[in-house]
Amino acid sequence: MSTSRRSLLAAAALLPAALTLRPAVAQQRFESIFMFIPAGPGGGWDGTGRAIEQAARAAGLVGSFQFENVGGAGGMVGLPRFVNQRRNQPNALMVGGSVMVGAGITNKSPITIANVQPIARLTEEAGVIVVPATSDIRTWQDLEAKLKANPGGVPVGGGSAGGTDHILLGLILKALGRNPREASYVAFAGGGPANAAILGGQVSAGISGYSEFAEQIKAGRMRALATSGERRIEGTDIPTLKELGLDVTAANWRGVFAGPGITAAQRQALIDLMVAVHATPQWKETLRARVWADAFLTGDAFAEYLKRDITATESVLKDLGLA
Amino acid sequence: METLTALAGGFATALTPTHLLFAFAGCFLGTAVGVLPGIGPALTVALLLPITFQVPATSAFILFAGVYYGAMYGGSTTSILLNTPGESATIITALEGFQMARRGRAGPALATAAIGSFVAGTIATIALTFFAPIVVELALRLGPAEYFSLMVIAFVAVSSVLGASVLRGLTTLFLGLLLGVVGVDLQTGQPRFTFGMIEFLDGIEVTIVAVGLFAVAETLHLATRRKHGEDEILPLSGSLWLSREDWARSWKPWLRGACIGFPFGAIPAGGSELPTFLSYFMEKKLSRQPQQFGQGAIEGVAGPEAANNAAAAGVLMPMLTLGLPTSVTAAIMLSAFQSYGIQPGPLLFVNQAELIWGLIASLYVGNLMLLVLNLPLIGLWVRILKIPQPQLYAGILVFATIGAYGVSNSVIDLLVMYAVGVVGMLMKRYDFPVAPAVIGMILGPLAEQAFRQALTISQGDWTTFVTRPISAVFLTIALALAGGPAVWRAVVMTRRASA
Repeated sequence: MSTSRRSLLAAAALLPAALTLRPAVAQQRFESIFMFIPAGPGGGWDGTGRAIEQAARAAGLVGSFQFENVGGAGGMVGLPRFVNQRRNQPNALMVGGSVMVGAGITNKSPITIANVQPIARLTEEAGVIVVPATSDIRTWQDLEAKLKANPGGVPVGGGSAGGTDHILLGLILKALGRNPREASYVAFAGGGPANAAILGGQVSAGISGYSEFAEQIKAGRMRALATSGERRIEGTDIPTLKELGLDVTAANWRGVFAGPGITAAQRQALIDLMVAVHATPQWKETLRARVWADAFLTGDAFAEYLKRDITATESVLKDLGLA
Repeated sequence: METLTALAGGFATALTPTHLLFAFAGCFLGTAVGVLPGIGPALTVALLLPITFQVPATSAFILFAGVYYGAMYGGSTTSILLNTPGESATIITALEGFQMARRGRAGPALATAAIGSFVAGTIATIALTFFAPIVVELALRLGPAEYFSLMVIAFVAVSSVLGASVLRGLTTLFLGLLLGVVGVDLQTGQPRFTFGMIEFLDGIEVTIVAVGLFAVAETLHLATRRKHGEDEILPLSGSLWLSREDWARSWKPWLRGACIGFPFGAIPAGGSELPTFLSYFMEKKLSRQPQQFGQGAIEGVAGPEAANNAAAAGVLMPMLTLGLPTSVTAAIMLSAFQSYGIQPGPLLFVNQAELIWGLIASLYVGNLMLLVLNLPLIGLWVRILKIPQPQLYAGILVFATIGAYGVSNSVIDLLVMYAVGVVGMLMKRYDFPVAPAVIGMILGPLAEQAFRQALTISQGDWTTFVTRPISAVFLTIALALAGGPAVWRAVVMTRRASA
């Protein structure tokens, strides 16, 4: 008994020791930051929040971070809590993104992303349209012809209905002059099942964020036909939909927001913090390791972008019958 | 041969003192979170994610694998002792395990669960080592139509837990189905049965309902029924260890459980609950004393426990060979890979051979460690039953409440759990079985989504379920299981009549 207790204590001592961080080296801007993640631990938003903590603390920009995760309904469970509890609080940040824009519209939530203050957009990821490697669809033109002729005859797999993948398919069909509702969209719960269905040839094509499919594409098990970004994804030769003559761009972006009620100066301080975080080598390293595309945009420019994104998303969701 | 060399290299990595310590820490943490209802391996691994910034990849994954395997061991403990499943994969274990505990046989129940987990875990790890790529390729051939047909088999299997009255059994099964469809519908994005509450959009957590139906209901039931000086649970009688008869009745279920569980882990929609249902059904059908089921049949603990551990190893297969997560825990482990800049995918075995083989070797080590950790604990665990009932059940309520709140820090979850608990108490009083409700809640949404995905893919053609060969085979099996015994009896009867 005593042996196991001792090794237990050793193990318990090991974990926090492994978690302690290096001392501050630069000028500290905030003593502490309250970071709100409107999603469970382990996902993309959580990863973004923790990466900010890593970069900010390693550079000594912030003394300490406090995290709260409240997951559910694409951020719609956490968002009202952040808005109510962190009103007027100058050192509170919330991670959010395009998923939250769509979720607010489809759930007809009274409190949406418009109720928080945009600080900075950090990363974005373009969508990609793939087919199984064994498919007789060789190029985007092949798929386009099929979709144009009979969208219902081309089952396309992706994430949950009304989510970013579904919205992208809707945008494509709209651009092809078809009704987004004609699609045979097969929603899967999560990347694993969706990938399996595409690899196994259960669906004709798949649609999702690039990172979801990247390794399968590299290994030659899926063929990428087109991406939805403004530019090609770095390090790939997949054409964009724009290059292919279709006026469709969409990206799944992530950023940080502040609570309502803070002053312009307080907001500027948070923007300055994010500019400093964005400049750290640690943040650059995170972007590289995680293959996140840098999409840094702050303050009013970000607010402007957000407004356009909300309008575009709303219009597609209306076409899909979800708004 | 190549595999063996690689595995030997993996053991060289896994058996260093640091990695053994990480494996132990993982196994210990995993056992602890497995015991707590609600807090599962997925949440634990997620909370440990920041560690990836500080320690080398191999150490982190050995820790995570330990948590994952450990939770599968720990989950059965509370199922057996307290009728409080720690994980959804150990719900079935509570059916026979708790009955054994009530009859003073908690020791053998815990022992058969621990040894069965070890046996099945080891068999599955061996299979993972040698056959992972083949099994995964086969699993990819299954599409939504096949999943649906598989669910039909599972629904037939459920009939074995419906209890004496089919009407009551079906009533609770449908109650489970109703709870299962609450939330935003995956295929259309429309909310169902949420009554305008944002908290219900993601659906109701299965463990919340299971803990409500089992633990809270049991507590309320006892509180309303208890008379002074009457103790229902016999603290202990007989040996803590397995008798010769227990061994004889356990070893076949262990092996069968391993065979059922492993392939299910590999299937993207399999999960670890489904094989436990099927294993229970199989053991009941094969048992020479089926009347003992529901009264504490050791086979009903041995089989499902083996199945859920084998499935846990199975889940790692598609993750390691193709980078496909088929469970929430696997998905979070994948995100840990990414924070090391390792992109999990078909090339993982080639690019990260040392890490992967170290991880696989640590699974063998972890399994053994868990057995060594859990067997001596049995003596300690069963003492819990010596606690006088009022205090014990008050403690269970505290545990259940903390665990349920821990799932998502939601007060709504707690209210749901207690509401379900009250319903469960009434069900108990009026003799409705509770297990079908939980099973319906797990199987219902899976079957529904697979059904609609299959029909979307076939463009509304219903024959897809019989024209796809594998699906047709599954449906035939389901039909044989459902109708077989009746037909057989009829044949025997007519023969006798004509003779």
